[in-house]
Parts: sequence; C-alpha cells; structure tokens
Amino acid sequence: MANNKFSSGLMLSLRQLRRSPLMIVVHLSVLFLVILWTFPTAGLLISSFRDKDQLAVSGWWQSLSSSEQNIIGRTSAPDQQVLLDGKYVLSGTIEGFALQDTILRFGWTSKQPEAYQVNTIASMKNAGTLTVSSDGQYTMTSLVPFTGSRGKRVFYTQLTSPKFTLDNYVEVLNSEGIGQSFINSLTVTIPATIIPILIAAFAAYALSWMRLPGRGLLIALVVGLLVVPLQMSLIPLLQLYNTIGSYFGVSAKTYFGIWLAHTGFGLPLAIYLLRNYIAGLPKEIIESARVDGANDFEIFVKIILPLSFPALASFAIFQFLWVWNDLLVATVFLGNGEHELVLTGRLRELLGSRGGNWEILTASAFVSIAVPLTVFFTLQRYLVRGLLSGSVK
Amino acid sequence: MEQLFYSLLVMLLGVLSCVFYFVGSNWLLLLIYPVKHVSNVKMAQNIRRAAAIRPWLFLGPALFFLILYLVYPVFDSVYLSLHGRNGEEFVGLANYEWLFQDNEFLESLTNNILWLLIVPALSTFFGLIIAALTDRIRWGDFAKSLIFMPMAISFIGASIIWKFVYDYRAEGSDQIGLLNALVEYFGGTPQAWITLPFWNDIFLMVILIWIQTGFAMVILSAALRGIPEETVEAAVLDGANGFQIFFKILIPQIWTSIAVVWTTITILVLKVFDIVLAMTNGQWDTQVLANMMFDWMFRGGGDFGRGAAIAVIIMIAVIPVMIWNVRQANAQMEGR
Repeated sequence: MANNKFSSGLMLSLRQLRRSPLMIVVHLSVLFLVILWTFPTAGLLISSFRDKDQLAVSGWWQSLSSSEQNIIGRTSAPDQQVLLDGKYVLSGTIEGFALQDTILRFGWTSKQPEAYQVNTIASMKNAGTLTVSSDGQYTMTSLVPFTGSRGKRVFYTQLTSPKFTLDNYVEVLNSEGIGQSFINSLTVTIPATIIPILIAAFAAYALSWMRLPGRGLLIALVVGLLVVPLQMSLIPLLQLYNTIGSYFGVSAKTYFGIWLAHTGFGLPLAIYLLRNYIAGLPKEIIESARVDGANDFEIFVKIILPLSFPALASFAIFQFLWVWNDLLVATVFLGNGEHELVLTGRLRELLGSRGGNWEILTASAFVSIAVPLTVFFTLQRYLVRGLLSGSVK
Repeated sequence: MEQLFYSLLVMLLGVLSCVFYFVGSNWLLLLIYPVKHVSNVKMAQNIRRAAAIRPWLFLGPALFFLILYLVYPVFDSVYLSLHGRNGEEFVGLANYEWLFQDNEFLESLTNNILWLLIVPALSTFFGLIIAALTDRIRWGDFAKSLIFMPMAISFIGASIIWKFVYDYRAEGSDQIGLLNALVEYFGGTPQAWITLPFWNDIFLMVILIWIQTGFAMVILSAALRGIPEETVEAAVLDGANGFQIFFKILIPQIWTSIAVVWTTITILVLKVFDIVLAMTNGQWDTQVLANMMFDWMFRGGGDFGRGAAIAVIIMIAVIPVMIWNVRQANAQMEGR
C-alpha cells in the first residue's frame, strides 16, 4: 500500500516535470537546433527559385520583401518619333521594364542615374525633356529630331516585387549539362547498388550458417576491411585498370569499371550488415529445413532471402546514397566526357567555372540532392535500422 | 536516355550472371556429387562432400572482390610507396623522407589532427544533446528527422550549401551570405571567412559536423532508449537531479555506443576529401592528407610513389581503430 502511494507520488513528480518551465527551455533549444540545422539547406532551396538579379543583390531571407534595383532601360528607336506642336516626341513603355514593378526615380545620364522623382520633368540637352511615371510610361521631347538607330538610354531605380521562377532550373538542366549528368549518375548508381547485394547475401549466409574452416578469421577480415581507407585502393586499381585497358585496347575509364569498383568498396559493409541480420534469424527455421532434406542453396533462396528483406533494403539505401554522393571514385575511375561526368563531378566543375553565379550553383546543387533527399524521407526507417546494425559495437 | 536503357540492360545482365553463377555452380555440384538414385552410403558421402565445397562457392565472388579491390591494394600501396613516380625504380624510404620535410604535408598533418580532435567530439556532443532533448518532447521524431537529413546530402552538395552561407560581399553592398549578414546585423565586420587561416579550418569542419551529428544522434538515441528505466527511477528515488542522472546514470550505460560513434566519425574524418577540394582545394592553409594524396595522384602527370606514401600514412592512422573494431566484433561473436 505504502509502496503504491510512493510510486504514484513519483508519477506525479514526473508529470510535473513535463509541464515545468524547464520543458519550455527544452522545446526552445530543440527548436533552435532544428533551425540551425535546416536553415542552410532552406536558403539553398529558396535561392534556387529566385530571380537571378534579385538573388545577386539581396539575401534569401529578404526574398519576400521588395527591393530597390538600379536598372538601365531604353526608349523606343528614333523612327517611332512623331511631330507634335513643333516638338519631336517619343513615348511608350521603357524597354525591358516589367509591369509588376514600380519605378521610384529616374535620370538620363549615368552620372546621375536617379536625379529625378517620377512624374517630374527632367530637362536635357537642346531644351529636351524627359518624364517617366511609376508604371514605366515615358515621354521624351526635343526640338531637334532624334537620330541614330537605337533608343536613348534611361536610368531608373525601381522597387522590384519578389520574383520566383523556374528559369534557373531550366537553364542548368539544359545548357549547364546537369540534365545529362543526372542520367550519368543514374547509370552509375543503379547497377552499382544492385550487383553487390546478391554477392554479399550469399557470402553473408555462408558466414552465418555454413560449416566452414576459418569462418571467424574471414569475419574478422570483413570487419577489418570495413575501415580500410579508399585512398589505399586508388593508385593500385588505377594502374590495374590502365594495364587491362591498354591490353584490350579500350579506355581504362568505363562504366563497367566503376560498377565493379563500387561493388568492391561496398562489399565489406554489405557482408557485415547482412551477416548481422542473417545470423540473428531463428536457428529452428534453418534446422527444420535441413531435416526436411533441403540443401544450403535451397534454404538460402527459399527461406533466408525473403526473410532478409529489411536488411537488404537497408544496405541498398546505404549503397545508393554513397554511390550517388560519391565524387572520389567517379573522378578516378570515370572520365570527364559529356556522357560520363556524374552530378557530383559536374558540381565541382561548376564551382570552378561559375563560382559567383549562385543561381546556377543553387539550382544545380538542389537537382543533385533532390534524389537522395527523396530516398531519405521515404525510406528513413530502413536507413536508421541499417545504421544501428551496421556500426561495430 | 539510351544510356540509361543500356545501364538497365547491363544491370539485368549483371544480376543474371550472378544468378547464373550461383545456380550453375550448385547444379554442377549436384552433378558431380549426386544425391538421388545412388546407394545410401554414397549419398551420405556426397552430401558431406557437397556441403564442404558449397560455402566456398557462396563466398567465391565476394572473396574475389574483397581481395582484388581492398586486400591486394593495401600491399601494393605499401610497395608503390617505396618506389619512384612510375612505380618502377626502388627508392627505399625516400618518399617518406620527402614527406616529413615537406611543408604542405606537415600542414596537412596538423590540420588532420585538428579535424580529428574537433569533429568527432562536437558531432558526438551535439548528437548526444539532441538525442537526450528530443526524447522528452512530442515532436521529437520530427525534429530528429530534420537534423538527420544532411546525412543524405553529398559532401560536395553540402559544400555548396555552406559556401553560400559563408559568401562574402565587399563592405557597403548587401551581404547575401547568412553568416556575414548576421555578423553585420550584430555590428561586426564582414569577412571572407574561408580565406582566413586557422578559422577557415573550423568553418570547413562545421560542414562535416553538420552532416555527422545526425548519425551520432540516431545511434545515441537508440542507446538511450535501451537503458532500463529502473536505473533512472532508482536514481530519482535517491534524490538525484537531472544533471546527476544524465552524467552518472545515463552516460556510463551508453559508453560503448559513444565509442562506436566516435571511432566511426574518426575514420570518416581521416578520409575527408570532397569538402576541402570544393571549398578551398587546400589553399589558405586548409590542406588535409586525403586531398593532398588525390592531388599527387594527378599533379604533374601523377606521382604514384608520393601519393601511395600519403595513403599509407592515412592507413597507419586507421589501424588502431581497425584493431579495436575487430576485437569488439570477436567479443560480440563469442557472446552469441
């Protein structure tokens, strides 16, 4: 009885703890951390949809507010002029002006690009006048005819309303080669994800349930190979590929080569993950199948493979993310050609050649991370499970 | 598109040839050691023989790949590191002697040590804090999923994201990088952060910490949930406060998980390459071993001897973790 009272008192204090001001601190600090972790990506995503002129002059957090911009437009060409009351007149909408914007100030020389408020009359050379209204309409007059083939330059400051567009995506997908690289990345990733799974599954079964001399040693080998840095393999394999390539008279950098390389590099994790799972399956299932006269091949194909689906999915996600996001292996084992350069390689190239063009970089980067993010958010469950069983503990 | 079709075809071929290998070798095995239509003695003998051979058929392809792509290169890299730039003439330890008086290498080594000290520690720290905090609130799973998200982003994509955060515009014009805008808002002077020696190392590390915290959080969150509730309840009854519970009850019980997270991130840090390549390519005193190695593979037509020597140095740094992992795995298996 006393014990009961005591534990209900404990429950009460825990419940109070949940409502206490301390919990508000917890909520706020988690909120702060979430903001800290998501803002960089959010900035990239928002920026990729912004108009490139706005992106270059204001931060993405200001993307919803209007900004002032200095722009140079033109009047219509002199052949549009009409003679009115002894004056030559050109009028219309300033070329290049977007109707949703508002003009604040204007000017007619580059030295004083915003000398006049809208709707005031600016006097120019030869007793000419220029007036611009906020909706982009202008009237320019002169006592002498306008000459030349092009219109006169008009300088103005406008209040630009926020502009969101898909133009950046259209541009990177077509003219910056991101579209082609997307296909190249898929070409590398799909086979490089599927091929190791089968090989690893058979090996994992052998290492879990088959009688085999030196099994412990082989498992230790796999665990050891888990951490061997990729850097160790690069030069020897590059040499090997070069030798084989020149022997058969083909290029050393082929899709076939990179598929096999990713298979090799992914195998230790694949075997380790799958072995952890398969070794944990109930012994009775396998033994009763053995009693029924099934050999190991039948047991594996008919029982183990279907049961291991969660582990297979975990590894598939890992390998997919790793291959899609890889830059090192792709740079060393695959060429730079238009039909070979993968997304990560293309991003690296763009960082060099279009380093200041954030509209290109943000849109390209988002195209490359869209696929892994989709995989991540839809299949997170398997990824977490894989992480938990895949780290050596 | 045609290319994608081609790759799907190859994928199918690859899978089929795997299937063909496994099915075919099994068929061959049964042909050599038949179990049907033979005497009982013969059958028992054949089953035993087939069972002795079959594991190696199962393991064959995996062993082939592991040995060709990982085991052989380790030895070949050591061999190459003792040879000249084409791997032909033997030069003894000359490549290593050169390394240890090369300024770029010493700089990389110092930077790598800094990375090794800071990144695993901060990732684990943030991961632990977030795991502990999110466990107590209702929207914790949602928060965790958002913090976990950078795990899916490539290093090069993350570099672009953060290069945008660090972007610098000359004073006077509006800053479009978040960091400089904040600095300016609080009255500081905007800086070109990634060109500022020493501090730029920290700014590059932030990227990896941002990516790896999610990993630490997932592992540690699972470990925290695995702690038996009685231990916490007992501590509450004994009048322990929140901090005491966290540091004296929870932390000791998840110590192995913390070690796992720490070592895994340590290995990753040793291999970090893409971030440095994309952000600075080693300029402004930010060089690290992995990027320097990559550089020497291709610099001036490539110096395989020096490149391999740097790879061997990275490998030596990994060996303690490797031994620890193998011992842990062995201990775990004996427990089964």
